[in-house]
Amino acid sequence: MSTTSTSLPAATPSRTQPKPFRQWVNNNRRALSALMIFVVMLTIFMILSPRVFTNPITYRSIFISLPISLFVVVPLVFIIASGEIDLSFPATAGITSWVFAAAVRDGWDPFTAVIPALLLGILVGVSVGTLVTYVGLSSLVATLGMNFLLRGIINMGTEGIAIQFPQMRELLFWQIFAGRIDNFPWIRGFPIHMLWGLLFVGLGWILFNRHKFGTHVQIVGDNPASAAEMGINVNRVKIRAYIFMGIGATLAGVLSVLVNQNWWPTTGDGLLLPALAAVFVGGTPTWGGIGTVVGSSIGVGIIASIETGIIAAGLTGYVTQFFNGLVIILSLIGQRFNGPRHR
Amino acid sequence: MEQRLVELKEITKSFGNVNALSHVTMHVNKAEIVGLIGDNGAGKSTLIKILSGVHSPDSGELWIRGKCVEGRWTVAKAHTAGIETVHQDRALAVQHTVARNIFMGREITGLFGLIRVKKQYEEAERLMREIGFTSKVFNPDSVVATLSGGERQGVAIARALYFEAELLILDEPTTALSLTETQKVYNFMLAAKEKGSSVLFISHNIFHAYDIADRFVILDRGG
Repeated sequence: MSTTSTSLPAATPSRTQPKPFRQWVNNNRRALSALMIFVVMLTIFMILSPRVFTNPITYRSIFISLPISLFVVVPLVFIIASGEIDLSFPATAGITSWVFAAAVRDGWDPFTAVIPALLLGILVGVSVGTLVTYVGLSSLVATLGMNFLLRGIINMGTEGIAIQFPQMRELLFWQIFAGRIDNFPWIRGFPIHMLWGLLFVGLGWILFNRHKFGTHVQIVGDNPASAAEMGINVNRVKIRAYIFMGIGATLAGVLSVLVNQNWWPTTGDGLLLPALAAVFVGGTPTWGGIGTVVGSSIGVGIIASIETGIIAAGLTGYVTQFFNGLVIILSLIGQRFNGPRHR
Repeated sequence: MEQRLVELKEITKSFGNVNALSHVTMHVNKAEIVGLIGDNGAGKSTLIKILSGVHSPDSGELWIRGKCVEGRWTVAKAHTAGIETVHQDRALAVQHTVARNIFMGREITGLFGLIRVKKQYEEAERLMREIGFTSKVFNPDSVVATLSGGERQGVAIARALYFEAELLILDEPTTALSLTETQKVYNFMLAAKEKGSSVLFISHNIFHAYDIADRFVILDRGG
């Protein structure tokens, strides 16, 4: 209790109402830093290769593959805010999109084929969540194992054979979820799935910041003992976060099949490190309890632009990884100034 | 006979090989302040964690208002029964705001489980003003990590008061508090009793608590 108020109970002190704008900046520091990093990076690219980075086609090509990452990065923010980690989402995306691809190949309607894929994604989420909570395994090790296990099942089941969909573009499902906008002249060719990705980010923001589930995820990650003392079922919250991860990975896998018009036994594999990097570059801290859906989604944009930027700047592809690393480390140093680590 | 609000009968609890409590029987009447006294490691916190639903006892019975509790006793059930607890560790999520901490686990929700953020803020502000827990440096949107130890304790107590407990359990409520702050906590306990609520508080210092308690329960090495 503050001693000021004890001695002065009658004269209610004029409570400082911080200026709304400053309060808003303070509450969104991490996301704003991610935005700043993104803008600075794009400015540098624009100076280095103005022709490429002022051309809408460049962004269009970035936007074609970027939404796939959004579907895994948003739930990954929940997992990391809950104090855990997930390394199994690449194989989850692979195995669920395999179910989808195989069903469509066998004549299923794609709208129906999504259902078993989603159910499998949920099942993987429940399994991983149970291993991490009730069985008590470390999430780092359990999900690492699960990633190998699921990819192993794919390899045994397919013996490395891909599934191709040359006629994919004719399907209504493809046109709705991965088509191009043709009707508006100034955004002609804009990939529709970018809009679905942004919608997912919006829903993720609401779930994280305005819904009971997201709040409980953050409280559990901040202090599981406190959460339990206040009646939050810690295990159940964590399992739900893994279910959300499973659903996100499924959507990413299915979208990747649509975008590539092909399913490979390696589908999803390439997501692991860029997605994790995007989460942290975007301002979600590693220690749990807090996170930013919007910031980490901007992180996806940062990671996705690096490669394009480097090639466009006339450097060879051999330096991509070096610059990836440089950007990650510099951004994390930048995010370090966003307030002290409280735990 | 006085009316008993809660009663614990023959409660036993062990963690692995450690016998925290063996056959503990105690009760709290309506509108009385009970001090739970015992040395470090006597099992005081374990006992109140059983009462507040955090731990389940290995054996024994829990009676609330003359009825034996059937099935698993949980924190949610304890809350519904009007039992509010201020735990020794304050049970706070320090990276989050005061308002979010006050409503932790019992958020005010509207449609689809969406949290009514503005309503929570207003309620938290009203509560803080009512109990005189105000300051120039913090408001319901302040992050708990920026508050002092005494202020954090204030948040934990404010939370327990918000939900208008019939039994207020306080685990070491005055450790780390200044003399004026301690007096303030005692005043809250007396005010609660005045309103007809009961208070069960833990202290390992009997002199500290002598003035305020109606009765003491002494716990000695789990018995």
